[in-house]
Amino acid sequence: MSWQDAIPNPGALAVVQRNFGVWRKLLLPSMFGNFGDPLLYLLALGYGLGHFVGHMDGMPYITFIASGIVASSVMNTASFEGLYSAFTRMSAQHTYAAMLATPLRVSDILAGEVLWAAIKGLISAVAIIIVASFFGAIQGPWVWLSIPVILLSGLSFGSLALVITAMARSYDFFMYYFTLAVTPMFLFCGVFYPLHSLPAFARDIAQVLPLTHAVALLRPLLTGQLPRHVPYHLGVLLLYTVIPYLIAWRLLVRRLLR
Amino acid sequence: MLKPAFLELKHLHKQYAKREVLQGVEFSIPAGSCYALVGPNGAGKSTTIRAIQGLTPLDGGEIRMDGQALSTLGAAGRARIGVVPQMDNLDPDFTVEENLWTYGRYFRLPKTRIRQRSAELLDFMALSSYARQPISALSGGMQRRLTIARALINAPQLLLLDEPTTGLDPQARHLIWQRLRDLRRQGTTLLLTTHYMDEAERLADQVGIIDQGRILAQDTPRGLIESHIPGEVLELRRLDGSIPDPENWHQQQVALSERVGDTLICYGQNLQQVMAHFIHNPDYRWLQRPASLEDVFLRLTGRNLREDGH
Repeated sequence: MSWQDAIPNPGALAVVQRNFGVWRKLLLPSMFGNFGDPLLYLLALGYGLGHFVGHMDGMPYITFIASGIVASSVMNTASFEGLYSAFTRMSAQHTYAAMLATPLRVSDILAGEVLWAAIKGLISAVAIIIVASFFGAIQGPWVWLSIPVILLSGLSFGSLALVITAMARSYDFFMYYFTLAVTPMFLFCGVFYPLHSLPAFARDIAQVLPLTHAVALLRPLLTGQLPRHVPYHLGVLLLYTVIPYLIAWRLLVRRLLR
Repeated sequence: MLKPAFLELKHLHKQYAKREVLQGVEFSIPAGSCYALVGPNGAGKSTTIRAIQGLTPLDGGEIRMDGQALSTLGAAGRARIGVVPQMDNLDPDFTVEENLWTYGRYFRLPKTRIRQRSAELLDFMALSSYARQPISALSGGMQRRLTIARALINAPQLLLLDEPTTGLDPQARHLIWQRLRDLRRQGTTLLLTTHYMDEAERLADQVGIIDQGRILAQDTPRGLIESHIPGEVLELRRLDGSIPDPENWHQQQVALSERVGDTLICYGQNLQQVMAHFIHNPDYRWLQRPASLEDVFLRLTGRNLREDGH
């Protein structure tokens, strides 16, 4: 198996299409969650907590938190898809085995899964953007530029999740990833408060985490400003896409082709 | 006349840690014929099937399809192969026809072709009236038929079937056999694994008996029986469970026999003498029958249980 085999073919889109087909059947509960959850967050944190906080970083707290919730929701949605849903397909339903009996290769399946995780992340992000814009918490001319950033963030969280899935023996294994990676990012990467309020060492740690860079790009774009250090943030997210993708590919090849 | 081999397996070797699962497996299948690989659990049947699909990297040997090495064909080779896996892996979230459509897309087939072929295959497998049903509405036999239909979506030249009828009732098995013979007549090359000897006898032009990663014997079903079992079979069962014929009287009459628990099995052309001797003895129950592939199989692979395999 050479590294060239890690590059996916267009067949990966058939994997995306399969997952989309299943999602469409569960559209109603899925959409209910996509719209319902952010609404609750915005009400509880934006209005509830925001009432005491007032302004943060020069904007109403609900505006500050809305963009943070968009970014963290991309992380949560893409991670969940890349962990629980992908593991179910691989392990319980043997969907990957069925796919590997066709011209699809491991890289096509992996790329399809990662892309689908990113698309799910985008769907949840768009739902939040729609809900938050009714509160006036999303605004400005650059909102549409957030879409490629959301997709790239989704790709990186999806790739990371598939590394864990490729190693997992059971669903319980995912708790480590949530407790050690997802939850810390949720709390320390600028979703709820600006990074500069953290002590220096914590700020440095936050700089190596992908969610920090997703927030750094999305918050300005969703609040009417242009982000700074764009190549840096995009570069980190790109690295977090490519490197985990290659690791996940290696692990899946070892797991599926025995 | 000997047809050219469509699938050739040459000296396949595969090792997992210290366990050698394939130790020089070698056979070839002429185009449009059916080869059955029979063997106990863990003999290397599924590993061989996986190797042909390119899912198991080999430690040695070569597989050629239609004259080309499968390792160089890669995904293009799989486009010409259909696979019926041992474990059903239909998509439980889709209906019967959606399963076929989705699978067709994995082969990058055009949509009109997929729709047309799906309808034909559902008809072929007697599933048309279930097209819009969810998978959960199908019985085990119907799911198997759908899995076979799915494996045919790309009109494969080679169909691999890993224990296609395990766990099915006789009606379902007979329907599947009928369809597999239809496919063979239409020119599809078939390779199936099974541990049902009657299945191999009914379907296969050639049977290979595999154990511990080696092909022990291969021939037509008839040829295997004739060369390994002389004539008929007589089973003498002692009703009280003690050793049948303890004085070994039968050994004067038959050349080949074996004892399995309460049963004495005699093989030979002329078993009349043995039968006449025991037929009126109330301690025995007897069964005379023609030799079958199962007799060959048990003689070659022994009667020990294989419970370590998967």
